[in-house]
Amino acid sequence: MVASTLLLAAPAEGAAGLFHPTSFTLDNGMQVVVVENHRAPVVAHWVWYRVGTADSPPGKSGLPHYLEHLMFKGTEKIPPGEFSKIVARHGGNDNAMTSYDFTAYFQMIAKDRLGMVMEMEADRMVNLRLTEQDARTERDVILEERRMRVDNEPAAVLGEQVAAVQYLNHPYRLPVIGWFHEIESYTREDAYAFYRDWYAPNNAILVVVGDVTADEVRELAEKTYGRNPPRPVPERRRLAEPPQRAERLVEVRDARVRQPSVVVSYLAPSYVSEGREHAYALEVLSELLGSGTTSRLYRALVVDRGIAAGASTFYRGASLDPTTFRIDASPRPGVELAEVEKALDEEIAKLLSEGVSEEEVERVKRRMLAEAVYARDSLSGVARIFGVALTTGQTVEDVEAWPERIRAVTREQVEAAARAVLVRERAVRGRLLPVADEVRR
Amino acid sequence: MSLRLDRRRFLSSCLMGASLLLAGTRTGQPAAPVEEVVGATGVRAWLLREPSIPFVSVAFRFEGGGAHDPEGLDGLTYLASGLLDEGAGPYDSKAFRSALEDNAIRLSFDADRDALTGGLKTLNDTRELAFELLRLALTEPRFDEEPVERIRQQVMAELRRRETDPDYRSGRAWFARAFAGHPYARPTRGTPDTIARIGIPHLRQFAATRLSRDNLVIGVAGDITPRELAPLLDRTFGALPPAAQLPMVPPARPATGGVVVERMAIPQSVVTFGHAGIDRHDPDYYAAYVANYILGGGGFSSRLTNEIREKRGLAYSVYSYLYDSRYAPLWLGGVATRNDQVATSIELVEREAARMAAGELAEQELVDAKTYLTGSFPLRLTSNDRIAEMLVAMQAQELGIDYLDKRNGYIEAVTLADTRRAAARLFAGPILFSVVGDPVGLEDRLTP
Repeated sequence: MVASTLLLAAPAEGAAGLFHPTSFTLDNGMQVVVVENHRAPVVAHWVWYRVGTADSPPGKSGLPHYLEHLMFKGTEKIPPGEFSKIVARHGGNDNAMTSYDFTAYFQMIAKDRLGMVMEMEADRMVNLRLTEQDARTERDVILEERRMRVDNEPAAVLGEQVAAVQYLNHPYRLPVIGWFHEIESYTREDAYAFYRDWYAPNNAILVVVGDVTADEVRELAEKTYGRNPPRPVPERRRLAEPPQRAERLVEVRDARVRQPSVVVSYLAPSYVSEGREHAYALEVLSELLGSGTTSRLYRALVVDRGIAAGASTFYRGASLDPTTFRIDASPRPGVELAEVEKALDEEIAKLLSEGVSEEEVERVKRRMLAEAVYARDSLSGVARIFGVALTTGQTVEDVEAWPERIRAVTREQVEAAARAVLVRERAVRGRLLPVADEVRR
Repeated sequence: MSLRLDRRRFLSSCLMGASLLLAGTRTGQPAAPVEEVVGATGVRAWLLREPSIPFVSVAFRFEGGGAHDPEGLDGLTYLASGLLDEGAGPYDSKAFRSALEDNAIRLSFDADRDALTGGLKTLNDTRELAFELLRLALTEPRFDEEPVERIRQQVMAELRRRETDPDYRSGRAWFARAFAGHPYARPTRGTPDTIARIGIPHLRQFAATRLSRDNLVIGVAGDITPRELAPLLDRTFGALPPAAQLPMVPPARPATGGVVVERMAIPQSVVTFGHAGIDRHDPDYYAAYVANYILGGGGFSSRLTNEIREKRGLAYSVYSYLYDSRYAPLWLGGVATRNDQVATSIELVEREAARMAAGELAEQELVDAKTYLTGSFPLRLTSNDRIAEMLVAMQAQELGIDYLDKRNGYIEAVTLADTRRAAARLFAGPILFSVVGDPVGLEDRLTP
């Protein structure tokens, strides 16, 4: 569920620019990014809308995800349920995804079918048709999806509760899929209204990666998406989060838990939110602190002290609004969770008081830049990097400048970012624990 | 803010997918041919060159997996797979891991029922070092006390977590029932008891007897020439012993029919289902593959998705696939559905499989299946990692070095009569279901 590779993406060797995209905007305001890759006669075709779960109407959390499902139900031209079947009949794969800040649709298909899927995608951008029956059935599908992803899994329940507590005000407190009782309340009209508000070419980004030229994409895009007239779309106004002034604690106790764990989640700036000057340093910090078996936390908790089974960090700068810097750890069997937490707190205190070394900063930076080369190996991976960036307030230039910005991060900046973010009063501590009886045992 | 919701779960992939030519579109040219590279020591690898990005992906597979672990030491292959990259030769764990991570070299090992598998990924600049580290991992693993205990505890923690993971439990229960008395019934990742019992001598014995040249296949994809690769193969794999010592595992057929339930207080039941599959070299294999695609392999296009998800909203994910395991080819599937609808979902799976067995199949369905299966293959040839894995699977399954070119022809040749015949064979027998959750309405279906 966590796409940790997503942001490992951008130039490594040589001058700026690993992906060398071409970017332009259609007359109707639809932004287009093309990355040529001619290794196979295939294209990844993605359309991204600048709307996600954080833009859900009140009481309808997850509605953008519901609409995402319904977008496969048909238009005047495409009969209900046929969209994916048509793609498959042309040898293609398709799917879609929803997150807080975006909704995205994609097909992987032979390059000579690009025009066809662009036509289909442009069509459903404006001509969606829903039957009452399809809308009801899909709501049930989403309830099953929620049971599978969240309710069947105590660790997912903890994640949901931590987010809900981390944000008092901002809609990142909502589950991406929505609360169960609010999913139950979705109607076809809810979906239509949301669709009419947000789905327009001027709120969409086309990303094509593969065996095609920018000129070919431009021509096809003008003939397909270009026909959809622009419309006013709402501003993405989210309630602002007040400053966090107290550490918050969440415990999920569940009879199903056999292996406890702890998460410490700190409110943190994104690439574009207030405090953004720390974002790249936070990426370096996250790598240094909790990525891989040579990272500080893994060495300290798992190897040297031998009390944890795992310890890792997660941070991604790509977010429209303030995001989180997260640390996860779990004890070895037979070790109390409290002992791991204590060690974790000591390591953070040590980091804040003693700082980091020049050598470890340079080491992880080198690795991050080298690993970025691998990102070019996946057509859809590249498409995702641009789509996520452009729906979260970044630009094509920002993506291309990623290596330079990582390279420029200094030891002092990493320490400053750590001191700015790893503050107890801005943390949510979440514990996953067995029910009390089993603790005593 | 990282949770992503995909409209459907991507299915566990089995290699069989489609082929190189785009049958539906006729635009795909075959990629560069697969080359066999043979070192002076006789070590061979299949290579697909891709010069556009300066790195290389290597995949390899040693025949012999969980099914070959000694009785009472279940999980030996799996535990060893976690330790081969935890110190080797002159490098202790920390030095070895630093050499990998500091140089962005990715080395990993994994285990399944039939094999120990692994992958190496390196930029061109670090290629020599990367292959040297792989050589050390395979031929001089240290199994020092600290990493052995650490990885053992990690596996223990994982097993504890999986104890209440309905997906894991459901799969485990299916195999335990289907293969009672056969090594396939045993857990590849072991149990807390067996993992506790595995000692350093067992691990050393494993490395000395199970990693050899005669049970090894290698696939390479990326920016490397045969001339560059050959000496690396010799240096990396040439020092392995010539022959593995693998205990005999007899072929098996899974038990058929029935419903077994493991109770767990969760809102949604997770169901694994399946029965015997079809041998990879059976003349009806491709027809069976097409038949399964129509029934449950085709994502949104499959009959199971249509009946269970699209029409009734009973599940988010339902699928089936051919699982080409070495000693018992299988047809397997899964569905997760709320507790009061499990009985209905099970009936629908049975009904749709029976319809296939009875030959209820339209010409158009076959045409659509073939177009997808032949047309979608190039989609899998877009990443070095996946190509390298595919080259390994082609060798492990003895499909021939020209498989990528021939594969489409095999699918194209499948007729409606072939598909009906294969479906009648494949879906003739009763299906075994294992359910984990709190299902209602299954009482009369339960197998004691």
